Amino acid sequence: MDEPGTDLIQGTLDMLILKTLSLGPMHGFGIGRRIEQVSRGVFKVNPGSLLTAFQRLERMGWLDSEWRLTENGRRAKFYSLTRSGRKRLEIETANWNRRASAIARLLRTEG
Amino acid sequence: MSLWRQLTRGLRALAHRQAADQDITDEVSHYLDESTAAFVARGLSPDEARRAAHMELGNTTFVQEQMRGYGWENGVETLLADFRYAARRLRGKPGFALASVLTLALGIGAATAIFSVIESVLWKPLPYPRSEQLVALRHTAPGIHTDNLNISAALYFTYSEENRAFQDVAMWSIGSATVTGLAEPENVRVLWVTHGFLPVLEVQPSLGRSFTAVDDSPHGERTAILSDAWWKARFGGDPSVLGRRILIDGNATEVIGVLPPSFTFMDQPFSMLLAQRLDRASVPLISFCCQGIARLKSGVSLAQASADVARMIPMAPLRFRLNTGASAAGYRNTRIGPNLRSLKEELVGDIGRTLWVLMGTVGMLLAIACANVGNLLLVRADGRQQELSIRAALGAGWTRIARELLLESALLGIAGGATGLGLAYAALRVQAAFGPARLPRLHEIGIDHMALAFTLAISLAAGLLFGLIPVWKYARPRLSEGLRGGGRSQSASKERHRARSVLIGVQVALALVLLVGSGLMIRTFQALRRVHPGFSQAQDVETFRISIPSTQVAGPEEVIRTEEAILRKVEAIAGVQAAGMVNELPMEGSSNHPLYAQDRAPQEGSIPPIRRYRMFSPGYAGAVGSRLIAGRDITWTETYGQSPVALISENLAREWWHDPRAAIGKRIRTALTDDWREVIGVLEDMHDDGIDQKAPAMVYWPLWQKNWAGPGYVTRSVAFVVRTPRAGSAGLRRELEQAVASVNASLAVADVKTLETVYDRSLARASLTLVLLAIAGGMALLLGLVGIYGVVSYSVSQRNREIGIRLALGATFGEVTRLFVRHGLAVSAIGAACGIAAALALTRLMQSVLFEVSPADPLTYAAASAGLILAAAFASYLPSRKAARVDPVEALRLE
Repeated sequence: MDEPGTDLIQGTLDMLILKTLSLGPMHGFGIGRRIEQVSRGVFKVNPGSLLTAFQRLERMGWLDSEWRLTENGRRAKFYSLTRSGRKRLEIETANWNRRASAIARLLRTEG
Repeated sequence: MSLWRQLTRGLRALAHRQAADQDITDEVSHYLDESTAAFVARGLSPDEARRAAHMELGNTTFVQEQMRGYGWENGVETLLADFRYAARRLRGKPGFALASVLTLALGIGAATAIFSVIESVLWKPLPYPRSEQLVALRHTAPGIHTDNLNISAALYFTYSEENRAFQDVAMWSIGSATVTGLAEPENVRVLWVTHGFLPVLEVQPSLGRSFTAVDDSPHGERTAILSDAWWKARFGGDPSVLGRRILIDGNATEVIGVLPPSFTFMDQPFSMLLAQRLDRASVPLISFCCQGIARLKSGVSLAQASADVARMIPMAPLRFRLNTGASAAGYRNTRIGPNLRSLKEELVGDIGRTLWVLMGTVGMLLAIACANVGNLLLVRADGRQQELSIRAALGAGWTRIARELLLESALLGIAGGATGLGLAYAALRVQAAFGPARLPRLHEIGIDHMALAFTLAISLAAGLLFGLIPVWKYARPRLSEGLRGGGRSQSASKERHRARSVLIGVQVALALVLLVGSGLMIRTFQALRRVHPGFSQAQDVETFRISIPSTQVAGPEEVIRTEEAILRKVEAIAGVQAAGMVNELPMEGSSNHPLYAQDRAPQEGSIPPIRRYRMFSPGYAGAVGSRLIAGRDITWTETYGQSPVALISENLAREWWHDPRAAIGKRIRTALTDDWREVIGVLEDMHDDGIDQKAPAMVYWPLWQKNWAGPGYVTRSVAFVVRTPRAGSAGLRRELEQAVASVNASLAVADVKTLETVYDRSLARASLTLVLLAIAGGMALLLGLVGIYGVVSYSVSQRNREIGIRLALGATFGEVTRLFVRHGLAVSAIGAACGIAAALALTRLMQSVLFEVSPADPLTYAAASAGLILAAAFASYLPSRKAARVDPVEALRLE
């Protein structure tokens, strides 16, 4: 956790999970792995936070879950995006973009 | 959507806790497997990979707990766990729990019972559609000194034809009729109504049809609508009864309908509705016979309707002929005016004042119960003080401890409420079965959802109220003191006693208020018992009624002969000392008419005040036990001869002639065209409107009259009054029925009861209030004494060491005992002082149920306070003797 560059910015984990699942259903470990890979190791997800986040997102109605077999024949809990989850992702993405560009502007003017 | 999901998922998780847990465990273990596999893929050995995966995840149990901890259902689970814990703790002290629950059940049960009575009687609308539109058409008539005049047929027709404010107008009166030809002749109660009656109430017969204007005219066929109960009893609920003709008072009458089972009207028992069949053309102006009811048009207020009635009253004299012998000016001078009331008010009357006094009483009882349980909880919390302090020191938040204490008391409250509900239900059943109080709308009283909500609310409120006391003392955010001193029982600080002493003081104060209240009711009851009702030894007087229809006995003389023949048979029954007849029993009649006196000529054109009329037979006064103050009784010769004679009551004799003896030989009459009738005797006053009301001025006329403008010139419906020590026995009743049957087999004996039941009924309200206040006062006293006993006894046990020291230093037993008695007395004296002040303020609200006693009656206050203080001294003395028995050596060695 203390390694530089591995902290997730507060509140972004939900968005990243939703984004990852927008590509298709996936199980917990896969989601974490995917986030790490796509971010090229910038984000290292804490497994505890990840698993707890699934509980929360599912309860909010943004995720559905289902026990299925993986390619290597093991039972795993697969998460998929619901319609309201998709909407949520759009909102979060828009918010994030707005904030990110604002920060980028701030940094530019200062420099 | 999301809220719904939260709810359903939460409930599912609650219901299938194990499955949900398994789900989480599986997911975590799968995650670990995948993670391990990934590490293996990176080249670690399986063991190392597993270790790395575990390191990455952290504490597995902790992660699972965190995953599980999400969702509202977990809060519920903690709460349930706390409840279970509280229940377990209460089970651990069954004595304490039982005492608390029973005390509360008593308070809550009493409050629930009275509340449901208040709700059903005062608040619930009458059982008709839009019943708030229903009004009783009463009148005032200041010219004849009454503000509660009924309605005349002339006014009824005028209102029906001319009103602008009413949807429908109707008239009703209660009477009796004899049904023959079915089985034994039966005397039934009848509601005589005009055809607008059911439409006014917006009630449809459940079978058949309502009356029409044709049914209600003297030319139409006679028709009847049966009550559901009588239909089931006499015809076994057979629907083919419609169209059948039955003999009512000897007249063939067609059954055209049956009322719904739920139909009730003004608490009147009746078996059928009969149409009044009034002849519009021959109704005279002065024909006050009935009760009027009407339904207001929607949007019309009572005041507007009153104005409409006031507008119509002067129309009646223009449309209806004046009674022979009456003067138009006389009618005008009665100054009839409207006195409209909602039908509910007319039915319920002033019982509300009594009920609110009772509600206040049980409210106080509940407060005392709460104080008592609060005290018990304090003692318990005291015992747990150390435990609570340790828990607080170990990191339990004060909110958490407070929640636990409150849950415990809420649990007590709910258990008390549930038990109380059972008590209330039982009490209401008993009340309904024995009906000691004769409440209006008695059959409608029951525990409904509103009463349930009330019970739940007061149970929780009570639980919170007494639960807050220990919370305030022990769970405030400061607890370290408990740890410091708790372990050793040093001499108790004053502070620790204060809360309990305050509670005891409150209990004593409330108990005193209730004692004063019951004392005042006892004095009221004594005063009522002292009033001589105008008859004597009512328990030895049996009464019954017969009615002789004109179809059975036609001629008036034959009616009197039949009545006398029955009377003679009754007199011959073994044990009968005296018997007589009267048209209405004492306290049951209210037929009022003007009365003229020859030597007190009213001013031209004015009508003299109305007096209460009774028609009676020779021997009636003796049988009922009414003293003859002057003159003599009438004779049978005078009755058969229709002699112009009468008796009057003492108060009337004094009003007009200042001396009962002076009244003898004076002449009176009921209308200007009547014969003058001579006063031949004066009877003592009769409290005909109830024991607590002034005795009305009364006139007693013979059963048969000549040239008579008053009510009924021959009395066909009479109550027999039979004085015998056998009154109330089944044997006598059978012999009375045989006596009647031996004279005329088709006459029915009705309404058999002793005069005492009539008398008791007039005391019913006072007795109900007295009984409830006495029970509440007794309970309050008992609870207060138990409280004082507990406090003193606890204080003795806490101060054992101090007592030991005192005794060792040479204090005598007496001195030590006095110490504690003084404590108990001081608390109760302060409580009593507050109680007196509260009682002075509160008993003023009882004024309306008191009789000839002031709410500030010094004797009652003195007796209640003295009794309370004495009892308190005793309650403090008992436990303080324990103090004197303390062995100083033992007490000091214990530590």
